Amino acid sequence: MSEIRHHVTDAMLAAYAAGSLPHPFAVLVSAHVSMCPDCRAALEAHQAVGGVLLDQAAPVALSGGLKADILSRLDDEFPSEPVYARSGVYPGPIMQTLKGRAPRWKSLGMGVRQDILSENAEGSVRLLYIPPGQAVPDHGHNGLELTLVLQGSFSDETGRFGPGDLEIADEELEHTPVADPGEACICVAATDARLRFRSALPRLLQPFFRI
Amino acid sequence: MNDKTARGLAAVRSMPRKEGDRVQSTPRELSQETVWMLAVRDRRDRMAFAALFDHFAPRLKGFVMRSGTPAEQAEEIVQDVMLKVWRKADLFDPHRAQVSSWIYQIARNRQIDVLRKESRPVPEELAEDPDAEPDAGQILALEQETDHLRRALTGLKPEQREVIEKAYLGELTHQEISDQTGLPLGTVKSRIRIGLDRLRKELKDLQP
Repeated sequence: MSEIRHHVTDAMLAAYAAGSLPHPFAVLVSAHVSMCPDCRAALEAHQAVGGVLLDQAAPVALSGGLKADILSRLDDEFPSEPVYARSGVYPGPIMQTLKGRAPRWKSLGMGVRQDILSENAEGSVRLLYIPPGQAVPDHGHNGLELTLVLQGSFSDETGRFGPGDLEIADEELEHTPVADPGEACICVAATDARLRFRSALPRLLQPFFRI
Repeated sequence: MNDKTARGLAAVRSMPRKEGDRVQSTPRELSQETVWMLAVRDRRDRMAFAALFDHFAPRLKGFVMRSGTPAEQAEEIVQDVMLKVWRKADLFDPHRAQVSSWIYQIARNRQIDVLRKESRPVPEELAEDPDAEPDAGQILALEQETDHLRRALTGLKPEQREVIEKAYLGELTHQEISDQTGLPLGTVKSRIRIGLDRLRKELKDLQP
C-alpha cells in the first residue's frame, strides 16, 4: 500500500474514542484507522487517556449480588458476535456497514455507480465506483463530507487521494474530484445531517482548516 | 500464562506470586492490573478476574454514571463490560494497551451500542504473529509512558480536569476543550505523542 498522506484529525480521533462522532463519520474513521498504523497509534493514545481517567474515577459501590452473579456466569455459553474482516478492498468496518454482503451497485450514468449503505437523520454512508477519468458526481453534500479512498485514486484542487487517504470537505470547499487514470476509483463517502453539522462540527474541524 | 509469555516476562518479574495476590509494584515490573489481565487471558484465572472486577467494576460504575447514566443502567453496562473482558481476553495486547485503556474503549463502545441499539463500527483487529515473543521492554515502556500521562492528568487544575473528563466521556469535542480552558492540552498531548512513536513502530511491524 502506498503511503497514506491525508489523515483523520486528532480531534476526530479523540471524538471517535469517546463515542461522540456521528455514526457515518465513525464508520469512516474506523475504516481509515484499519488502513493507517499512524492513526491507529494516535487512537490508542487517546484510549490511554480515557483509561487513565477511568482508572482514577471515583468508585461507586455496586449492588450486593453483582459480583457473584457475574462470576457465576463466566462459563455461560454466549452468542458470538460477528467479526467483520477485510474483504478485497473493503476494510472490516465497511464490511460491517455492508453487513457482510457484497456491494449492490446502482448505475448513476457515465459508468459511475453507487451503493447507499445507510441514509437517515444522522447522515449517510455510500460507496462510489468511478471509472478512470470520470468526475466524482455531486452527491449534494451541504454539510461536512468525508471521503475515504479504498481503491485507485482521485485528484482535485486540493491534492491527490489514494488508498487509505481521507478527504475532509465542508460546503465552503469548491472542488471537482476526478478519478485518476488507471484503476477505477472506489471510495466511501460519509455526510452528516446539516443541522447537526451547524451545531457541533465546525468546531471539530477548526484545527484542520487552520492548517 | 503460556510458556512463551512466561519466558518473555520472566525478566521483569522479580518475585513469585500467587494467583490473584496483590503485590507491591515497582517501575521495574508490570502493573498489578496487567499481571491479572494476562492471567485471565493466558490461564483463564478466575481469582485474577475477581481481582480485576474488584478494581475496575466500581470505577466503571462511577465513570459511566458521570455521563448521566442512572445507577441501574450503569450496573448493566458494568456487567456487560466485565463479561466482555472475560470473553474477549484473547484480544488484550499489553504491548499496545493498558488494561484501563482497553476497558475504557469496551465501555465507551458498549454505552454507544446501548444508545444506538446496534454495534458501532470498530477498526479491524490487528493479527498478531502467534509465534511472536512478548517484548517485556515494550510492555514496560508503555506502562511507564502511561504513568507519565497519569501524572500529567493529575497535575491539572480541577476545572481543567473536568473539561478533559467530559471530552473522554463523549460530552465535548477536543476543540471545545481548548476553547474552554485555553490550555494545556499541550502537556497531555506531548505525553500522548511520546507514547505514540513507540506504538507506531510496533504497529508498523504488525502491518501486513
